[in-house]
Amino acid sequence: MVTGKGGTGKTTVAAALALALATGGRRVLLVEVEGRQGIAQLFDLAPLPYAEEHIASAPGGGEVRALAIDPEAALLEYLSMFYNLGFAGRTLRRMGAIEFATTLAPGLRDVLLTGKIKECVRRTGTQDRHGRYAYDAVVVDAPPTGRVVRFLDVTRAMADLAKMGPIKDQSEGVVRLLHSGDTAVHLVALLEEMPVRETLDAVAELDGADLRPGAVVVNRVRPARLPEPVLRQAATGAVDTARLRADLLASGLDLAGDALDGLVDETVEHAVRVRAEQRARDQLDEADLPALELPERTDGVDVGVLYELAARLRDQGVR
Amino acid sequence: MNASRPVRLDIDQLIDNPATRVLVCCGSGGVGKTTTAAALAVRAAERGRRTVVLTIDPARRLAQSLGLRQLDNQPRLVRPDGFTPRGELHAMMLDMRRTFDDMVLAHAGRERAEQILANPFYQTISTSFSGTQEYMAMEKLGQLAATGEWDLIVVDTPPSRSALDFLDAPQRLSTVLDGRLIRLLSAPARAGGRGLRKVVGAGFGLFARTVSTVVGGQLIADASAFVQAFDSMFGGFRERAQQTYDLLRSAGTAFLVIATPEPDAMREAGYFVDRLVTERMPLTGLVANRTHPVLAAVPSAAAVTAAEALCRDDPDSLAAAVLRLHADRVAVAEREKRLIARFTRAHPTVPLVGVPALPADVHDLAGLHEIGLRLAGV
Repeated sequence: MVTGKGGTGKTTVAAALALALATGGRRVLLVEVEGRQGIAQLFDLAPLPYAEEHIASAPGGGEVRALAIDPEAALLEYLSMFYNLGFAGRTLRRMGAIEFATTLAPGLRDVLLTGKIKECVRRTGTQDRHGRYAYDAVVVDAPPTGRVVRFLDVTRAMADLAKMGPIKDQSEGVVRLLHSGDTAVHLVALLEEMPVRETLDAVAELDGADLRPGAVVVNRVRPARLPEPVLRQAATGAVDTARLRADLLASGLDLAGDALDGLVDETVEHAVRVRAEQRARDQLDEADLPALELPERTDGVDVGVLYELAARLRDQGVR
Repeated sequence: MNASRPVRLDIDQLIDNPATRVLVCCGSGGVGKTTTAAALAVRAAERGRRTVVLTIDPARRLAQSLGLRQLDNQPRLVRPDGFTPRGELHAMMLDMRRTFDDMVLAHAGRERAEQILANPFYQTISTSFSGTQEYMAMEKLGQLAATGEWDLIVVDTPPSRSALDFLDAPQRLSTVLDGRLIRLLSAPARAGGRGLRKVVGAGFGLFARTVSTVVGGQLIADASAFVQAFDSMFGGFRERAQQTYDLLRSAGTAFLVIATPEPDAMREAGYFVDRLVTERMPLTGLVANRTHPVLAAVPSAAAVTAAEALCRDDPDSLAAAVLRLHADRVAVAEREKRLIARFTRAHPTVPLVGVPALPADVHDLAGLHEIGLRLAGV
């Protein structure tokens, strides 16, 4: 499970993680559950249907497939396992009756989504897999930190739902899977105050719900350019302008006064930001979780960059 | 690149205009909607308007900076240290449960209201239904506007999955409260009427039984009781929602779409702009929030070359470090400009203002004042 505050790059990290895990000949399923079609956008594909489709090959013969779970389709699929709805199913869908049923019991939606995930994780009997699970790993682009525990806390959701019947039986298996050592919830953070705060809150909430936090992935880490003593001074607004001007002249750059002032302002802003990042990092350490880092890509993220980020994750021990 | 020149969004002209009565800040999560709304309110108050900002889910320290220590669902006067605004600044945090309760109390008779408030299904709807926050934000906006006390109401929108939820959620909640489907589920034989049963066919009875198996009979019974109690007020609810919708569409309202110069946020902003145009909502402009403009006119390539030369003599050269961080900044600024230009090409008539990022997080009035200056471009 990959979660994170909105805007931290959770989908990018989930995709890079799927590629990293698929490297070397494994098969990985990348799942999204919020109907945003973020995976399709990231891989520059047409919107994904409710089916597991090949989206990328990984180095060494691995494969990533993707699935966008639509709760309405999952409910219909689920019901058709027990009842033959046929034509009525489509009509009900048009009427919004299914959205309505999932609205009536907010927990139902999450139970359906996690139920489908569990089915993918535990699926066996795929022909070329020789008795192994159909997927070596399933990576879920999960809801953001504010909603992730509610999403995963199937026990609580079931309190709203029927006390017996097929969903109840199935949900017990989902609960076992999500609380087992087979599931880890990774948290994507930026080195900014709010994402760090939300990450720490989510870790506490996961612990409270007996779910297992995995690693913190610090995303979009920018290079620190200034040596520590300079940084300390510059963060207070003090830059040795005379020395800077002399050095620049020596290097052949004869700058106008306002260009020099501009460089000084940029340096001070950089220093203030790096200081804030250091504080954010210290705070993140409180979570006492393994931390991974991914660099900022100023030129944006495309498919090629995803492979690079996957390689960075492998360098840091992701297997 | 063929850089199309967007129309500049003039924030001061907007907030100074007495005809501007409601300012709605929308956009996807994490773009700084709440902070922007607060900064706009601070600036409007400084410039003489009696302003209230309705925040939805502010970060704790931002809330404290506005003097909001708790959710009390009422506007509170903010007294900035050190200066007196020419107008007035009031702030409030939405308490969605309380807003909903108040609405029920106002519309239903006392006895009926108590029935509704005690119903377990009401408790689910009023706290965890995903559209309730949006619906209640609209309701609160309607209430604030109805008092006629405010020159300007600045509204923050809930941190939804998608910016569009703000417009869609009230309709979704309305569908639930409408109760036609609940009646169908609880008594399909009676409520549907022959026409509907004919369309849906025998499958519906099966569906109703299935749903009942899945969600449990008790929940259906609670929902059904809720809908019966709620039925008499529903007309009033819908009327109010319609009034607020009309208010949003009126000339006194201005929608500002907030986006950071990141692909996802800009794409979301594009969707939202299209949607506002389709709904004929008064779109005023885009705030490109937290940009990193270049502050020194030094070409990146020249900076890198000079930095390399300096490093050969002195690996710890201050000037080399400064030039490298300048080159980083140029790269970021170029990317942001490309993203903004892409938006402008698709939406050439939408006025736009870039707001340079502050290097650290803002959690006091001085910071909000500073963002206000940047919004106004001064």
